[in-house]
Amino acid sequence: MLSVEARTEIVDAALEVGAGQTLALAGPSGAGKTTLLRIIAGLTRPADGRVVVGEDVWLDGATGTFVTPEERRCGYVFQEHALFGHLNAWRNVAYPLRSLPRRARRARALALLDRFGLAARADAPVRELSGGERQRVALARALAREPRVLLLDEPLSALDPRTRAVAARELAALLAAVPEVPVVLVTHDIEDAAAMSDRVAVMDGGRVVQVGTAAELAARPATAFVADFTGAVVLAGVARAAGHGLVVVALDGGGEVQAVGDAAPGPVAVSVRPWEITLEPADAATPGSARNRVVGPVASVVDLGGRVRVAIASPQPLVAEVTSAAVAELGLAPGVQVAASWKATATRVTAR
Amino acid sequence: MIRSRLWFGPLLVAALTTALVFLTVPVLAIFLETTPAQIVRKLGEEQARDALWLSAQTTGAAMLLIVGLGTPAAYLLATRRFRGRAVVITLIELPLVLPPAVAGIALLAAVGPSGLLGRYVEDAGLQVALTTAGVVVALTFVAAPFYLRQAQAAFAAVDGTQVDAARTLGSSEAAAFARVVVPASLPGLAAGGALALGRALGEFGATLMFAGSLQGVTQTVPLAIYDDFATDFDAALALSAVLVVVSAALLLSVKFVRGADAVR
Repeated sequence: MLSVEARTEIVDAALEVGAGQTLALAGPSGAGKTTLLRIIAGLTRPADGRVVVGEDVWLDGATGTFVTPEERRCGYVFQEHALFGHLNAWRNVAYPLRSLPRRARRARALALLDRFGLAARADAPVRELSGGERQRVALARALAREPRVLLLDEPLSALDPRTRAVAARELAALLAAVPEVPVVLVTHDIEDAAAMSDRVAVMDGGRVVQVGTAAELAARPATAFVADFTGAVVLAGVARAAGHGLVVVALDGGGEVQAVGDAAPGPVAVSVRPWEITLEPADAATPGSARNRVVGPVASVVDLGGRVRVAIASPQPLVAEVTSAAVAELGLAPGVQVAASWKATATRVTAR
Repeated sequence: MIRSRLWFGPLLVAALTTALVFLTVPVLAIFLETTPAQIVRKLGEEQARDALWLSAQTTGAAMLLIVGLGTPAAYLLATRRFRGRAVVITLIELPLVLPPAVAGIALLAAVGPSGLLGRYVEDAGLQVALTTAGVVVALTFVAAPFYLRQAQAAFAAVDGTQVDAARTLGSSEAAAFARVVVPASLPGLAAGGALALGRALGEFGATLMFAGSLQGVTQTVPLAIYDDFATDFDAALALSAVLVVVSAALLLSVKFVRGADAVR
């Protein structure tokens, strides 16, 4: 069990991660994610904060307790891996094993590398390792000291998009094989967060704005920022109550949409998932049962393989996800006028 | 455009050729004007052997002082930001631009018998002016800035997260310095060391003014060459040839370390 509280100029956040659990810290750059990792590791010392692992207090601003980073046993995988260039792969992994006799050091380093499928690369200098290999060496090195907490800063950022999804699955499996250790990983990508963690804490401006599973965050975003971050379309408007359990929102730039709920009147953000939006010709005679309808020209059509993202240049831009068949049938191309519609029940309203 | 192309290329080649001839012919002349037999004969003289041995001793002692104190000092300058840091760096670099004669006068004014700190040095039972210790002081004073500058640049180029990583892997700050920072900056430190060593080996003016030229006590190789120059030009040539070989070996060793680094 790891619990962290910190209040500095950059962050004001509190988190708890159970043994064997993985928490993803997600959010835009500058949100304070890395700062929080550095506070856990002891590389940054906030005047006001508390870091407790199990029974051990690593930091307590109130009593002046501060355990130095070298005494914390905190495995840290840095963003660019921070491997030591003057050492080869196994010597990097053996770096923290100073207390072992020389021969045992090499044996333990090789065992760790073998666990990550890198036994054959043990004698390779760092410069000859691929991005994925470096990451695994960094992870093996971080685990060599049998850490009480494992921290990973953007573990996939150095990889190219094609190998990323595979690497995320591999890493999730590796993390699951590290029992009893709380894991905190930083990412700015919600899909990576969903793939590798049990829960996601979304950070913005130094604060944790929502904690939950990725599915919970997508289904019930607490703020417009979370909705936007989880991939929803977010529109700004002003809400007024309409009775019958409905809220009507006058969108900035024109148009009205309805949502189920009881949001307070005033400025709000309306969010809808792109795949909840259906498209039809702008001059369709009979609109369906969907309450919300926005008309505008198609701005772009991007094929993601099976699903297609269609951006619409309405007063506030929208993105819909539809099938390739629908694109062909409707003749969707940039400039074509379309109507985007979605149900009131698929619309979320959050205060802004 | 076409006209400029016609004269610009040849101009560059001509400039390089002139520079090359100007810089190499004098060095070549040393070897063409002396013979191996003369060098061997010169090395058989007690005065030359004394000078070589004294140069090796004093340069070695100065390098120990420079590397021992300069390495941690350069690390502090490279990694900490404090008030007056720019002033400290400028003061440390000042001896680089001091004429050697001024450096000698400055040392006499500071620690000479009647200098600023001379009394305290004497009270401590030390005598620096006109002694071997004085030679070491002079060499250290003129050569240290070369090492400090290079070491500071080499340390500044080490990624700070390397130190962070070492800390999370159980190293104290001092252990991270010894096990990560120094190995990572070794090529830069070696280059700085070689520059300082070359400067110390060739030191003349400050040593002559501060320590004098007493055979076996303060007469290093450059001073011995100057001594010979007045009486026996061939002897001066032979001793010069020895110094050129040593300096060239130094330069090549630095290139070798740098080359190994480039592969890395």
